[in-house]
Amino acid sequence: MAVASSSTPRTKPRGDGLLAAIFIAPAMAGFLVFLLWPTLRGIYLSFTRYNLLTPAEWVGLDNYRRMVNDPIFWGSLRVTIEYVVINIGVQTVAALCIAVLMQRLTTSSLLRGIVLTPYLVSNVVAGVVFLWILDTQLGIGNEILGALGFDHVAFLASNEWVIPSVALINVWRHVGYTALLLFAGLQAIPGDVYEAARVDGAGELRMFWRISLPLLRPVLAVVLIMTVIGSFQVFDTVAVATPGPGGPANASNVLQLYIYGSAFGRFQFGYASAMSVALLAVLSVITIVQYRLTRAGETDLG
Amino acid sequence: MRKRGSHAGSHVRSHAGSHVRSHAGPHVRSHAGPHVRSHVVAALAGTVALSLLTAGCGGQGSSSASSSSRTVTYWLWDANQLPGYQACAKAFEERNPGVKVEITQLGWENYWTKLTASMIAGTEPDVFTDHITKFAQFVDLDVLAPLDELPATAGIKDSDYQAGLAASWKGQDGHRYGAPKDWDTIAMFYNKKMTDSAGISADTLNSLAWNPQDGGTFEKAIARLTVDSKGRRGDEPGFDKNDVKIYGLATNDAGEADGQTQWSAFTGSAGWKYTDQKAWGRHYNYDQKSFQSTIDWYFGLAEKGYLAPFKNFSQSNGPEVQVGSGSAAIALHGSWMAKTFYGMKGLDAGTALTPVGPSGKRATMMNGLADSLTKRAADKPAAQKWVAYLASDACQTTVGKQGVVFPATEAGTAAAIAAYEKDGIDVTAFTKPVADGTTFPFPITDYAADVAALMKPAMQDVYANGRPVGSLTTTNRQINLILSQGD
Repeated sequence: MAVASSSTPRTKPRGDGLLAAIFIAPAMAGFLVFLLWPTLRGIYLSFTRYNLLTPAEWVGLDNYRRMVNDPIFWGSLRVTIEYVVINIGVQTVAALCIAVLMQRLTTSSLLRGIVLTPYLVSNVVAGVVFLWILDTQLGIGNEILGALGFDHVAFLASNEWVIPSVALINVWRHVGYTALLLFAGLQAIPGDVYEAARVDGAGELRMFWRISLPLLRPVLAVVLIMTVIGSFQVFDTVAVATPGPGGPANASNVLQLYIYGSAFGRFQFGYASAMSVALLAVLSVITIVQYRLTRAGETDLG
Repeated sequence: MRKRGSHAGSHVRSHAGSHVRSHAGPHVRSHAGPHVRSHVVAALAGTVALSLLTAGCGGQGSSSASSSSRTVTYWLWDANQLPGYQACAKAFEERNPGVKVEITQLGWENYWTKLTASMIAGTEPDVFTDHITKFAQFVDLDVLAPLDELPATAGIKDSDYQAGLAASWKGQDGHRYGAPKDWDTIAMFYNKKMTDSAGISADTLNSLAWNPQDGGTFEKAIARLTVDSKGRRGDEPGFDKNDVKIYGLATNDAGEADGQTQWSAFTGSAGWKYTDQKAWGRHYNYDQKSFQSTIDWYFGLAEKGYLAPFKNFSQSNGPEVQVGSGSAAIALHGSWMAKTFYGMKGLDAGTALTPVGPSGKRATMMNGLADSLTKRAADKPAAQKWVAYLASDACQTTVGKQGVVFPATEAGTAAAIAAYEKDGIDVTAFTKPVADGTTFPFPITDYAADVAALMKPAMQDVYANGRPVGSLTTTNRQINLILSQGD
């Protein structure tokens, strides 16, 4: 475990080398202490049996063997992916619409600000408020459904509804923020391109498909990468808004919740670390693939 | 009232006033992300525990260093039992001048979270009420003191208590980690008005039998007690199983790994055993045919409309509420609930033995709580003496007189029976199995919490979603894989 301290970059003696090192030091220290070391220790712990109070005991690949055989782990992964697909799918489309509307229709910063307001609410508060709104018996959401002549729906307590419900709650909270990022990307597209298109007789829809979307691609790609990672880490809304840990028959037992329960509920820190490492691997692969597919590093502008 | 479908996870086995054991797990809902590592975690847990202690106990500070060694801290979760133990503490303080016992009562939900957090932070109580489902975890964490090696508690003998109770509290190393304090068994609580109108007598209820093929006289009885909204009984033509007003049998969730108050009386009387050994088994038997056919039949009762469906259960709609409100006729439940059932407004309650099974015998789970001494307090004579006093006839008789639980000693049990009788509660259905020896213990193995975490959704899947019982074989394989990995 003596890996961490030895890697100081750039040893070539140059005139401003020392100064550079001083400038780099704070960030480097933060990186080593808060990112690299915990990651390495987490990977180490994934090969041990560790309960926090007694010393960690090396068990080789036991935790990984347990993981690939664990029906709950695979169930959690499936639930998480279902969540990510709904969450990211709806959120990206909605955010794109809002961003384009903000760019093409209004210059009012008040309106633009309003779009962001759900983001100012914390996830936990949003979860609790929606828990009340969607309560099967007493929630105002279900009262409205009832008044319209529909049956009450157990949005957060039934197998089939719980994940879509949580995904949409988080869309509500994050869509404004995502829209704002995309909006910033749209602002970076030069206005004369639109002008030229309009001279050529292009309509709004055509301009969106032929100008906005292609030129927005690098920004959209980065936003997607960020939101997908964030989406995979869903935890608080599920923990707060669904009954029990993981809902009925584990229908909302997302991976983070299962990892958390294993570690802090059942003191299986080794096993929880192994699952965290698996999540890290999954996210790394997804990010690299996304980066490649969307050519996020290149731009089509000029 | 049906609220929010199912509060998965909750089910009863505490002697708790609140009776609800929800999520065996995460209650400290910190925002700690996935990458928070252990020391940070320990620090976090410590802060939590510290703040809880200062908030909860009027800030007497951490008991180890600062407060005098003559103050003993004791935790329990059952508010109903608090008066009994306060009386014990008073008597103990009189016998040991200068010693003070500080009792903290926390609801079942918070109890375990705070207890484990305090252990990590080193601010745990000297003595605490322990439950068999948590015992293995504490052994693994190495936080309990071996009572057989300490002068004040070395004298505790298995034979001082009802048969089988003390044995459950021995670790794999043979040491005693808990002094038995009480016991409980399972029986049927029923609504007398409903059984009378169905023409089912108390004698009939006490002599029911079931089998996995046609359900036997037990299934006939609960079918008869089931009534649909048009007043047709479950055994009458035209009965609408999708429109039931009164269920024959109340729901109490799917029963996790033990099914104590759900299916344990049936799997037990089918002759099935949880594990390969009496205690600390290395292999679970959820893949056996006798288990799976019993579960198939039991949850099949819900499909027939006799057992209330999974979604009817919630923390606020436990079996006692279902029977009390007249939406179910019978509930299998623990003796710790006797006072609650008999105290239900408008309910004329009765109790009956659990049915005889295919093995030709009845079987009821007998479980008990114990008092454990934490390792940190092991060298504290006053704390040791308090454990010994809690385990003694003197204290257990005091607790028995409250008529809330059955204390572990014979004298304590007798005092409790007398107290129940005075309240007009017939507890024969709970005491007879003990006298007849038709009880079996709560399963105890390593990784008990992980076994429960695996079994809970699997059983709910069978109950709620009609998943085939054969799926439990996969779960059982995973459980045995985990057990084979560690010791």
